Amino acid sequence: MNNYIKIKSLYKIFGNNTTEALNLVKEGMSKEELLEKTNCVLGLNDINLDIPKGKIHVIMGLSGSGKSTLIRHLNRLIEPTFGEITIDGVNVLKLNNKELLEYRQKNMSMVFQKFALFPHKTIQENISYGLIVQNISEEICKEKSQFWLKRVGLEGYEKYYPNQLSGGMQQRVGLARALATDAEILLMDEAFSALDPLIRAEMQDVLIDLQLELKKTIVFITHDLDEALKIGERISILRDGSVVQDDNPQKIILNPSDKYVSDFIKDINRSRVIKAKSIMIKSISIKKENVPIIDSEMVLEEVLQEISKTKYYFVYVKNNKNKIIGKITLKQLLNGIQRPRQENKKYA
Amino acid sequence: MEWLTKFPEMDRNGLREFKKTVDNTFTSFSRNYGEGIESFFDPLLSFLVGFEKLFLNTPWPITIFTILSICWLASRSILIVSGTLLSFLLIGYFGMWEDTMSTLAIILVATLLCICIGIPIGIAMARSNKVQTLILPILDIMQTIPSFVYLIPVVMLLGIGKVPGLIAVCIYAIPPIVRLTNLGIRLVDKDILEAAESFGANYWQKLFGVQIPLALPTIFAGVNQTIMMALAMVVIASMIGVQGLGLPVLRAISNQYLALGLMNGLAIVVLAIIFDRVTQKIGKRMQKYKSD
Repeated sequence: MNNYIKIKSLYKIFGNNTTEALNLVKEGMSKEELLEKTNCVLGLNDINLDIPKGKIHVIMGLSGSGKSTLIRHLNRLIEPTFGEITIDGVNVLKLNNKELLEYRQKNMSMVFQKFALFPHKTIQENISYGLIVQNISEEICKEKSQFWLKRVGLEGYEKYYPNQLSGGMQQRVGLARALATDAEILLMDEAFSALDPLIRAEMQDVLIDLQLELKKTIVFITHDLDEALKIGERISILRDGSVVQDDNPQKIILNPSDKYVSDFIKDINRSRVIKAKSIMIKSISIKKENVPIIDSEMVLEEVLQEISKTKYYFVYVKNNKNKIIGKITLKQLLNGIQRPRQENKKYA
Repeated sequence: MEWLTKFPEMDRNGLREFKKTVDNTFTSFSRNYGEGIESFFDPLLSFLVGFEKLFLNTPWPITIFTILSICWLASRSILIVSGTLLSFLLIGYFGMWEDTMSTLAIILVATLLCICIGIPIGIAMARSNKVQTLILPILDIMQTIPSFVYLIPVVMLLGIGKVPGLIAVCIYAIPPIVRLTNLGIRLVDKDILEAAESFGANYWQKLFGVQIPLALPTIFAGVNQTIMMALAMVVIASMIGVQGLGLPVLRAISNQYLALGLMNGLAIVVLAIIFDRVTQKIGKRMQKYKSD
């Protein structure tokens, strides 16, 4: 199940006469040139992505990079100009209207940046909306909405209306509404971006906790690198509608594929993000006694503390089965923390 | 240079022929189909007559009590209810009770008709831009054409009476509800609609579950405007045989009876104010979820 959602050469062009524009794009015309020549806007440019099952896949990019457009292709709120999307072997683009509605009802649900709760419905009605649409009996709707309301920590609020709740609480409702349908795929479109930093961190923890147990396939969109690193098990970086880098978070920080990505990550606190396992030298044998042994998931800041406690200039690294798998010297540690040298060349 | 000083108009004979052809075509059309169209409106007539009879035959205390209860249920405002009571007592005391009841009956029937026809048209307009571009100019015509002009074909087709009066009122009063239904649905937040779509709601679920409930306050503003315009049309409609407060006003104009005109005119104003305040309160209560 390594590629649950498969996106193959997906293009989206906004405007009239998209077929002609598509050919031009395929011949390599840039976004600006296309806008000038055909008055079409290039939304997505040859996206190829494999999204594994049961993981949080983060799609990151600045505004206008096409991330919201991309996520809306998965449930076809936006129709692609060209390309292929298969989810669990089903070609989503081949579904007819009725099949599509059923697909949206059963297989995926979405959380929105501006919450998009129904202001005229109570919290309970909001949460059970996905079930009401499927004509599921009132009793089950009530039961499920109660369950999820409790899970997101909003017990007792069922009779309230959305605007009586704070932003963070509203997004909890949004999350509960998405989870209530038991859909396998959760699409989160900048779900926490509208929240203030403390509440955002809280919501990230809520999501991580839920995910530990639910193991949903989550496609999470954000423009916030810290958020991406915190919750993402894999990160795709979008720029001008194309994927610039698709990797695990550690690799993106240590090996940014181009200037755009390295600009993106330049302000990150590396010592708090990079993990021991990413910079260690693989070796198995223990040579010295009394050398501290650290966990491979430990971040460099903590490794530094461990090293400074001893007279040695290195530590051993163990994996979660308590087996020594490598070591980190002070030099590697410094290399890891140091920001990679910037090339002065501006990305095109 | 004559063509510069005098507009090059159609010659007199041609113009006469043109007018004659239009008139004759319509006359023969109404001669051939008038009765059919009239019988088509028969159910409407009996509905209107029934309504009027109900208002006129109910003993006045019961009528006032019913009206006050409706006012209370709709507005929950002592001020509005007591104002309504005072107005109706005065209207009755000054001998305008029966005319007021007739007017109430035709306003209510006209409003119901406008709601039943206008809201679906508004929904269709909100659904498709093509329908909107088609209907908007028609609404413009209905709102701006002098009412006397469309009274002519209506009277030619259906004669003088209640039904043509009702139709004239509806033509005049229906545009606001159509426009505001369209507007209200189009103004529903796109994000919220997208959310409904993402959960697999179909067109009807979106319409009745999300769009119409959220557009309801705006639609209700349309109902309010429709009632106001129907009331404004009462005097003109009385020219073609509609009973009610308009008739004495018309008589007052032709005979220069100041007191009669003022009294009945003010009665229309009072009805308008009551309708307006009550429907506005309903509209506000529909937005209860907006306040906390």
